[in-house]
Amino acid sequence: MIEFDRVTVHYPEAPGPALRDVELTVGEGELCLVVGRTGSGKSTLLGAINGLVPHFTGGHLHGEVRVGGVSTASRPPREFAHLVGRVGQDPLAGFVTDTVEDELAYTMEQLGVPPEVMRKRVEETLDLLGIAELRRRPLRTLSGGQQQRVAIGAVLTAHPAVLVLDEPTSALDPTAAEDVLAAITRLVHDLGVTVVAAEHRMERIVQYADRLVHLPGDGSVLAGAPPEILDVSSVAPPVVELGRLAGWRPLPLSVRDARRRAAGLRDQLRERPRPARGRAAVGEGDRPRLVARRVVVRYGRVPAVREVSVELAPGAVVALMGRNGSGKSSLLWALQGSGPRQGGTVSVDGTDPAKVSAAEARALVGLVPQTPGDLLYLETVAEECEQADRESEVPEGTCRRLLDRLTPGIRPERHPRDLSEGQRLSLVLAVQLTAAPAVVLLDEPTRGLDYHAKASFGDLVRELASEGRAVLLATHDVEFVAGVSDRVVVLAEGEIVADGPTADVVVASPAFAPQVAKVLSPQPWLTVSEVRDALAGAEARV
Amino acid sequence: MTLGFPDRRRLPRTLHPGAWWLWALGLATAASRTTNPLLLVLIIAVAGLVVARRRGDAPWALAFRLYLLLGAFIVFSRVLFRVIFGGGQGDHILFTLPEIPLPAWAAGIRLFGPVAVEQLLGGFYDGLRLATMVVCIGAANALANPKRLLKAVPGALYQVGSAVVVALSVAPQLVESVLRVRRARRLRGGRQRGMRALRGIVIPVLADAMDRSLALAAAMDSRGYGRVGALSRRARLVTGVLVLGGLVGVCVGVYGLMDGSTPRQLGLPMLVAGAAVAAAGLLWGGRQVRRSVHRPDRWRLGEVLVICCGVGAGGLLYLTSQVDAANLYPSLNPLAWPELALLPSLAVLVGVLPAWLAPPPELSSPSPGDPDEHRPAGSGAPALAWRRTPGGDVRQPVPPSATHERTTP
Repeated sequence: MIEFDRVTVHYPEAPGPALRDVELTVGEGELCLVVGRTGSGKSTLLGAINGLVPHFTGGHLHGEVRVGGVSTASRPPREFAHLVGRVGQDPLAGFVTDTVEDELAYTMEQLGVPPEVMRKRVEETLDLLGIAELRRRPLRTLSGGQQQRVAIGAVLTAHPAVLVLDEPTSALDPTAAEDVLAAITRLVHDLGVTVVAAEHRMERIVQYADRLVHLPGDGSVLAGAPPEILDVSSVAPPVVELGRLAGWRPLPLSVRDARRRAAGLRDQLRERPRPARGRAAVGEGDRPRLVARRVVVRYGRVPAVREVSVELAPGAVVALMGRNGSGKSSLLWALQGSGPRQGGTVSVDGTDPAKVSAAEARALVGLVPQTPGDLLYLETVAEECEQADRESEVPEGTCRRLLDRLTPGIRPERHPRDLSEGQRLSLVLAVQLTAAPAVVLLDEPTRGLDYHAKASFGDLVRELASEGRAVLLATHDVEFVAGVSDRVVVLAEGEIVADGPTADVVVASPAFAPQVAKVLSPQPWLTVSEVRDALAGAEARV
Repeated sequence: MTLGFPDRRRLPRTLHPGAWWLWALGLATAASRTTNPLLLVLIIAVAGLVVARRRGDAPWALAFRLYLLLGAFIVFSRVLFRVIFGGGQGDHILFTLPEIPLPAWAAGIRLFGPVAVEQLLGGFYDGLRLATMVVCIGAANALANPKRLLKAVPGALYQVGSAVVVALSVAPQLVESVLRVRRARRLRGGRQRGMRALRGIVIPVLADAMDRSLALAAAMDSRGYGRVGALSRRARLVTGVLVLGGLVGVCVGVYGLMDGSTPRQLGLPMLVAGAAVAAAGLLWGGRQVRRSVHRPDRWRLGEVLVICCGVGAGGLLYLTSQVDAANLYPSLNPLAWPELALLPSLAVLVGVLPAWLAPPPELSSPSPGDPDEHRPAGSGAPALAWRRTPGGDVRQPVPPSATHERTTP
């Protein structure tokens, strides 16, 4: 269906080619997962399928890409609309119209599909993706998962043979991601659509993939059956890491595979001491850094946060979980003092951050928002760092040192907008940490980060906590939560429905349990590194 | 129902936006033919009643109130101007304001001074006429979906229509972006006002807008926007030449018509010829474009009736002005009470008929106390949401959940 014939892509001003001599064939009805670290050329590979690379993005493409036998060099991307449906990273940015039904019909209108056929296909697609009740809703009022499904539906109505998805589930909570994935697998199995998807959260999708395309980062491409590729892949989901650790061959891709083989490992681990969780114990005697009582946030008449009380102890990392729209962001903004708060009290070491100036509030509570780029407005990384030093009245170079600790090697003359997601996040976090706040709030920090970036970011979060700060992070990423947090607070409809040590909250939950916990339950192991440490400790004693 | 047109027999649907616009223009024409305040108020009442009964619950439908306020403002400012600057003489002096003497070069302009009833009434009548026309346009805006109107543009102008639609959706996004960035500014402890803060707000907003528009352009490109498909180069060339040539002809024609010194041939004949060529180009281009419209608005009986009512109101009032002009322009000198004659009132009342004749609008959510009580909730697919009872013609609303179950296997 899709053929890459010795494809090399050069961008101007890039040191090396984004793709080098790529030979790749994707057959009809395959679900092909593209993995690799940030900046390894995933988006370039996806864009080349319908000719956006190089027609739209610029750059040079040598070799040939053919879809359904048609070369992308022969015509512009719009002439591929009936063959290739593409959904970008941010579905909202790609919407052309403003209501669900119009959006679903848009591609068909461009293709000149007769109105009767259009009506029928719109109805079918609404049912196929389970969004029939949303048909008249304005697109902006939909939740992330709904938007993603509408975006997929909007390209599906043209009945394309190939569906290209760039990070389809990254921004979604676990349940919404399952909905989207169910829709995708149904397309592959029932309709024979060829799907090419790039996804950082491999653990969600790798078990459904027929083929894995791994981009090691030097422009080359490795393609093959998932177990083989994962053996050498630079990125792998936790269940695969566990398989590598336990020496299972072939590597398990799903929790089910792993669980069937994990009996021996569970026996082995049964005797081991439980992982030293409960770092929350550090804070037992201390006074909490942040105390919030009965916080209420309301937008018009709609309550977003209903009388939520939280305490953040120094040295503890607390994860705030819950589906999209459950009030996580509103709560974070209210705690920082910059967002609206209609009721309740917030006190950071005795001061209410909403009652002091922005600069003082910033030294009390630092917040990294969901779109970190909003905080950046200068031309180079170096200028941003200097500005941050001035803003916080700290010695010159403080921000830069923080940045180098977070993500070493970002060249100072680069434009903040040209950084990768992970680098930009680090820069904003460095800027916010320059003020040395006692409490750090992070809103969806792992969005767009690959496993390595996430792991180092996790270390960093732990380090922040070990310096005596209190960290609260709102996230959907269960694996990340399992790795870093001491306590989990689950919000639903603006109310706290669960609050307790991470292991207690997540192991029991079907949606929030990390893969390792699912494999090894009922034993409370949450991450691969815990298992590794336990096994290593055992060997050392022997 | 009062007039014997039971709404329950007609399915709710959205009327062609063009029909509402023609109806409103008809009413506005009627308003432009009279200064009789009684008639003008009657026209406003007619427009208001039709809007109240036939508007949907979309955001633009709620804008009618703003047009009413705008109308009130127009009347008020007209009267105020008359008080300040005078204009129109009259014998019935109400009160005298101290006049401010102006230098000689401003002769003919007067500030304050005596205020006469005739003067105020003249301003009031004039203002009310303009306000009524504005309210009529507001009624069209409240009743017709502006985006659907753009969809009805000829195929050859489709690209322009899309550009307008995108521009319309970008504006709220920009506002949202500004709010978000301003909020984020506080996180960095930056100022939120003043010139220095401007950079911190403008740059992220523009960068954001740039990113969004690139993403949108990529999405539109990959979804087939601007596809030419099988359209030959020659056909595109012919369309372009016809439309452009025609428009040039129209421009020359208008110029010829306006400027008395140009030869007569350059006037009306050129205008007509240019318009014809441009229309031919648009039609030709429209036929070449292989594009279709989802749920196209069709011209059906409802649309025709609505247009007839609007145009009828305007036309009848125009006719009565030939018969009895005095009633349409109440006399200010001598001062006389305006009277409501039968003929013009009937003419205006023709315009109210769409309140019953037009099909009821589709609503996205049922609202209590609605004039049409038998409206299916969330009537996404009206034809499915109504079930014919075995007994005969009476239809009963089916709850949306039931409909949903039946449509999804």
